[in-house]
Amino acid sequence: MDNQYLLSMSNITKEYYGNRVLKNVNLNVKPGEIHALVGENGAGKSTLMNILFGMPVIFSTGGFEGQIYLGGEPTTIDSPHTAMDRGIGMVHQEFMLIPEFTVTENIKLGREIGEHNALSKIFGPLLDKMNWKQMSSDARKALDSIGMMNIEEYAKVAGMPIGYKQFVEIAREIDKTGIKLLVFDEPTAVLTESEADRLLEIMRIIANKGIAIIFITHRLTEVMAVADSMTILRDGEFVARKEVGETSLAEMAELMIGRQVEKLVDDDLLGERKLFDDRIALEFKDYYVDMPGERVRGMDVKIRTGEIFGFGGLAGQGKIGIANGIMGLYDTEGEVIAFGKTLDLSKLGEALRNGLAFVSEDRRGVGLLLGESIERNIIFSAMQINDQFLRRIGPMKILDKANADKHAKNMIRLLDIRCTGPSQVVGSLSGGNQQKVCLARALTMVPKILIVSEPTRGIDIGAKKLVLEYLTKINRELGTTIVMISSELVELRSLCDRIAIVSEGKVFAIMKPDDPDAAYGLAMAGVREEVAS
Amino acid sequence: MKQKTNVLNKLGSFLFDNKVMIAFAIICLAAIVLSGSPMTFIVDGVFTRITRNTFTVLALIIPVVAGLGLNFGIVIGAIAAQIAVFTVVYFGFEGFSGILLTVLIATPLAVLFGYLVGKLFNRMKGAEMIAGLILGYFADGLYQLLFLVVIGGIIPVNNPTLIISGGVGVKNTIDLTGNLKYAIDSVRMVDIVTVFFYAVLAITVIKGILHLAKKYKLNRGDLTLFVVSALIFGISYIPAVERFLSTDRLVLLDAFTAVLIVLAIFQIFKIIKSIGDKEPASALKKPILLLVFYGALFGLTFIPAIEEVMLFVKLPVLPFLLIAGLAWFNQKILSTRLGQNMRTVGQSLSVASASGINADQTRVLAMIISTVLASWGQIIFLQNIGTFSTYGAHTQIAQFAIAALLVGGASVQKATNKQAIIGVILFHTLFIVAPQAGKELFNNAQIGEYFRVFVSYGVIALSLAMHAWKKFRKDSPDGTGEIAALSGVTAKEPADGG
Repeated sequence: MDNQYLLSMSNITKEYYGNRVLKNVNLNVKPGEIHALVGENGAGKSTLMNILFGMPVIFSTGGFEGQIYLGGEPTTIDSPHTAMDRGIGMVHQEFMLIPEFTVTENIKLGREIGEHNALSKIFGPLLDKMNWKQMSSDARKALDSIGMMNIEEYAKVAGMPIGYKQFVEIAREIDKTGIKLLVFDEPTAVLTESEADRLLEIMRIIANKGIAIIFITHRLTEVMAVADSMTILRDGEFVARKEVGETSLAEMAELMIGRQVEKLVDDDLLGERKLFDDRIALEFKDYYVDMPGERVRGMDVKIRTGEIFGFGGLAGQGKIGIANGIMGLYDTEGEVIAFGKTLDLSKLGEALRNGLAFVSEDRRGVGLLLGESIERNIIFSAMQINDQFLRRIGPMKILDKANADKHAKNMIRLLDIRCTGPSQVVGSLSGGNQQKVCLARALTMVPKILIVSEPTRGIDIGAKKLVLEYLTKINRELGTTIVMISSELVELRSLCDRIAIVSEGKVFAIMKPDDPDAAYGLAMAGVREEVAS
Repeated sequence: MKQKTNVLNKLGSFLFDNKVMIAFAIICLAAIVLSGSPMTFIVDGVFTRITRNTFTVLALIIPVVAGLGLNFGIVIGAIAAQIAVFTVVYFGFEGFSGILLTVLIATPLAVLFGYLVGKLFNRMKGAEMIAGLILGYFADGLYQLLFLVVIGGIIPVNNPTLIISGGVGVKNTIDLTGNLKYAIDSVRMVDIVTVFFYAVLAITVIKGILHLAKKYKLNRGDLTLFVVSALIFGISYIPAVERFLSTDRLVLLDAFTAVLIVLAIFQIFKIIKSIGDKEPASALKKPILLLVFYGALFGLTFIPAIEEVMLFVKLPVLPFLLIAGLAWFNQKILSTRLGQNMRTVGQSLSVASASGINADQTRVLAMIISTVLASWGQIIFLQNIGTFSTYGAHTQIAQFAIAALLVGGASVQKATNKQAIIGVILFHTLFIVAPQAGKELFNNAQIGEYFRVFVSYGVIALSLAMHAWKKFRKDSPDGTGEIAALSGVTAKEPADGG
């Protein structure tokens, strides 16, 4: 093994329940360099880092193949604790901070300095008295060393700006003795622009001390700005290791997205049809959704009647928020116009009553009543909103069992839901079949506009294809306008007429499915100049 | 103008933060006025109840800090104490040695029970309070089985004063008069001083040996402690002092004066120190103000009405010292590594685990400490009451102790010594005056009784509801997460990351 690398992970392969998420991946990092690890959602970055940290989730699912070398020596890392001992630290995406504690307490969390006393001599270090003086001076030193003179070590973390919290996390890692490698997991995702710039600067300061950095990010411009080299992953496969100086944004983007040969929907199913720019099914005007983590910040889009319109983009950029806002699950601002009628989204159920149906990305949480039967799940919305499947007896409404049963059976046949019958409990179905039940429920509403959010998440490739084909069929045969929100560009590009790439809560670009891969890659990364060229 | 709004804001947030306590203080005052009972009666009753109950309430603090919530499981500690009390009484031990034996039996039992409860709580994180409540009932059932069937039925016992006439099962009440009653309360001050001196002597000698073995360095604090205790021990031989110390009760006025003197000495010491360290004059402001305040408090005791009350009430000395000791212990344990671990675990389990803290072990330790302290608290309680209601003494201690703590302004997540003590005072004041107030108001003392039961459970319910509400608000700082909370979506987790 080459000794020039501080860390080498070679031929790493990992399976989760027979599903290969990493295939022969290599990662090599030199001492004191900033190494970017880039790839789309689901490319395997998190899994690779989990292996590096010896996370329990790796070992509870059968371990991994391949070898990790630290400083040229083969190493086994079987717990996060070992990783820490070997000098590997991590700055988490979700802060591992306790808001009610001071900065010093947080920096020294779990590594408090104690003073021995007579009792602790007898009963062990748990009874050491805390040496706060020493700890705050250490904390001060760590903060100063990353240039954070204006964070006070005695201040409480609660109420600090997010950027500061991130810096406290970094100071904690720096304060650990013998730290050799620091992993930054999408550190700029939650920061403002100036904070992000500051962070990149700090990363350089740290690297100059000889500490290697693995920088996980989606933002290719940041890679260009700060990294020395990078590894690109795609679909769990190692694509390339590049020196940043020898590559360009466009090349990086292309490598990240990759050429997709498979088409998920057959061409003859797609066929030809005419769409008219003056027949608008759904229009967003300066649309805002306040969904934490997926905020939409001022969106203007027109979706034509009969169109399959896709929303793509990276996680956290706001595409998920679009649909949740329409369905009234989160507060919204701005206008949403469906077939010329402005919807009052503050009223729950308004969208449903106006011919919109929604298949949620959170199948198990929002989408389904897991403990109920397939039949109940299919008819539930229609029963609540449209009073279908009900018989009136005087003032009471009673479930029309026969009718519901017939409809459910019909749907099961139509969508090929694999089950023992309409009375099977939904929670016991496979992911793909649960998704079909969600679709069946949406279709029972006979919607004019069907919004599907991440329709293929967590279902296998065969079921994926079936769901996508069925969506196309509904569109072609019933003329239903479909709005599809997905993290997977491939599936968007296989059936959508147009795809809007969402970045930072806004529509960044509206693209055609046959636009080049590099253009998509750059749009996803939010790089505007390059798209134009 | 700005200054003014600032002060108003501060006042407002003070009132809001202490709303439970303030509301309760108002209710108490109203009830005192309504009841028309003489102050001597009320104050005497309150101090008796402080003696009995404060220790148990203080035992609740550590689990709160460690994130286990309000420990309804202290019932189990009380059961351990009661098994020990029964054993000691059965074998005929009495007096202070009887108490020591009770502690010796109760402590290992409580450690075992606390360990088991802690293990169970680790398996049901987030539901500790309901688990503790049900566990209390379960333990009560086992306890009844032990005392009604096993004792006499399986273990042969022969003691007609303790056992039901058929020979199986323990009687409903056990009279502690003549054996354990007042065994702690009646320890003379001069004995306490003597024991204290010898204990300090022994510790100093051990420390000295460690010092010589180069395992520990004697410091100034150790020596100061030794000198002070030797000094007190020496003074206790002066005849006048000896006469004063040879009683077991202290008149409230004397106790109050003594506490003020100690506090004043402490502040004067602080002033001398900060002058020595050449700290800025502003550092002197607080100690001097406090000194003036103590002086004013002492001045109050010359008002005849207050003086009368203070001369009437007599305090048992040792229980109060034990309570002070426990408060000190709570303070100290939280400033150790263990205490810091507890606070971290209490704030966030996941962060604690990620920082390499053994969260489960920390929680078990917290439960053991709490259970042991609760068992000691129950011993203090029983010896002060003097009759041991075999099947009833432990049943409501968790509810009453928790209600008292909450009245003091504590919450499921935060509790301090101060809150515990204020809570005990307020809660038991109401207990004492409510029946009389009910009688005066409705001509029916029973209504007052109802009122206090209603209040104790009401306070617990209110506090739990407010805790849930606060947590709910915290999850959704902008109020939008409510639907997410209802529909089971964690707002933090919009989509799976790369």
